[in-house]
Amino acid sequence: MSRQQTHKLAVVVLTAVAAIVVIPIILVILYVVWQGLPMLSWAFLTEPPRNGMTEGGIMPALLGTIILTFGTAIVSFPLSIATAIYLAEYAGDNRLTRWIRMAIVNLAGIPSIVYGLFGLGMFVLFLGFGTSIIAGSLTLGIMTMPVVISTAEEAILAVPQQFRTVSLSLGASRWQTIRYQVLPHALPGIITGIILGLGRAAGETAPILFTVAAFYLPELPRSIFDQTMALPYHLYVIATQVPGMPLQIQYGVALVLLLIVLSFTLVATLVRTQMRRRREW
Amino acid sequence: MTNKIEVRDFNFYYGEFHALKGLNLAIREHAITALIGPSGCGKSTFLRCLNRMNDTIRGTRAQGEVLLDGANIYAPAVDVVELRQQVGMVFQRPNPFPQSIYDNVAFGPRVVGMAARGAELDRIVQESLEGAALWDEVKHRLRDHALDLNPGQQQRLCIARTIAVKPQVILMDEPCSALDPVATLRVEDLMRRLAAEYTIVIVTHNMQQAARASDYTGFFWLGELVEFNATETLFSTPSKPLTEAYITGRRG
Repeated sequence: MSRQQTHKLAVVVLTAVAAIVVIPIILVILYVVWQGLPMLSWAFLTEPPRNGMTEGGIMPALLGTIILTFGTAIVSFPLSIATAIYLAEYAGDNRLTRWIRMAIVNLAGIPSIVYGLFGLGMFVLFLGFGTSIIAGSLTLGIMTMPVVISTAEEAILAVPQQFRTVSLSLGASRWQTIRYQVLPHALPGIITGIILGLGRAAGETAPILFTVAAFYLPELPRSIFDQTMALPYHLYVIATQVPGMPLQIQYGVALVLLLIVLSFTLVATLVRTQMRRRREW
Repeated sequence: MTNKIEVRDFNFYYGEFHALKGLNLAIREHAITALIGPSGCGKSTFLRCLNRMNDTIRGTRAQGEVLLDGANIYAPAVDVVELRQQVGMVFQRPNPFPQSIYDNVAFGPRVVGMAARGAELDRIVQESLEGAALWDEVKHRLRDHALDLNPGQQQRLCIARTIAVKPQVILMDEPCSALDPVATLRVEDLMRRLAAEYTIVIVTHNMQQAARASDYTGFFWLGELVEFNATETLFSTPSKPLTEAYITGRRG
């Protein structure tokens, strides 16, 4: 074979291999949609489960997941943004900074079930919140921090240095500079990170397993110290713990969960594209 | 004429690098002082020492005194943020914030607490834009995006933004290097008018600019101030051979 032919062959092979990556995701989505779509209806989303969860809808679990997502945002947002601002704007090259960075890297690598156990030990038992929305939100919030921190830090660092220089030269303080000339420009990037983090939180089972999720609740939660049902755990339960469970309901739940997580990713992508288009420097 | 700024035995270091060596000079109030010299001679570094912008660079160190109205700006008790309100700065490239024309000028007055909104702020914005000879061109489109202005207008907007916080001194770091000759002349005219109210220190690469637009000129070479004199004297009868070599283009 000539060198030209080798090159062409290489391109073909590499393209083919890269294309294979797309196949699993398409298959997963298609299969879940194909199996779950017949279940999808307004009633399925808005009615509680009946008859040992083998009939009816998923409203309590769906609502629980929405509540937990909000809770996660409330926990993760301020802590992550503050950390990102510190790391991007204030942190010197010292031991404290290195520790913080190492902690974040390690936090990102911890298996989600370990977060679940930590949440159980820390929030449910030690702090006495019990199995509750607040314990689950705190656990999920901590789990999402690494991704939110790193995207937020990147977004802050991407703001041109000259905005800071000019702002300081006009007699603005460090904080005023960050508040008025850095954060507004970094905001779309920060929001993207938060949405991606929330997408992951919404789909996780292990962290909520011991901290908040209920097998079945006849009533909706009344306060943040109540348990709630949640979609990922609900899916796990009906797929493995309930005998005689119609397969269709399982795929219906899977489809709803998939749609929620994908819509988070979609929104994050849209925000990012919008931001790139609007970028003014 | 009184001295607005007096520099005494001033040294500046980037880490180990001795960037400014034993500077002594006085900058007259309501005059335009030009700093000339080849790239890397320390003139921009010196300019940034006058409002302590070099503080934001890690590993730098200043030694000696810079007296603004007799008070050392490097004294421990000095509030750097306040100092920068008194000693404003215009940068090499026009660098408006990516906001409206109005918000660009209003930013300074807002953060230093002169006025947050309303008629008072409107007045400051108008005065500053008038002061920078830009008002007539933009008065009907204050809400337009600042980056829609041409480079010359952008640089005058930056000057308006600087004078909006009522500084006493304006530092200009090669303010015309990104501008065409017509825009350059407009900025020079403006400097001349601003000198009535402010003390101006300008760094320039352009010897003609120093000669035609300044009252005093300092010539920097390798971190040292070789010669400092009235502009006319320095350009017509330089006292040092190095100065003469540089301004006639034989060294540089």
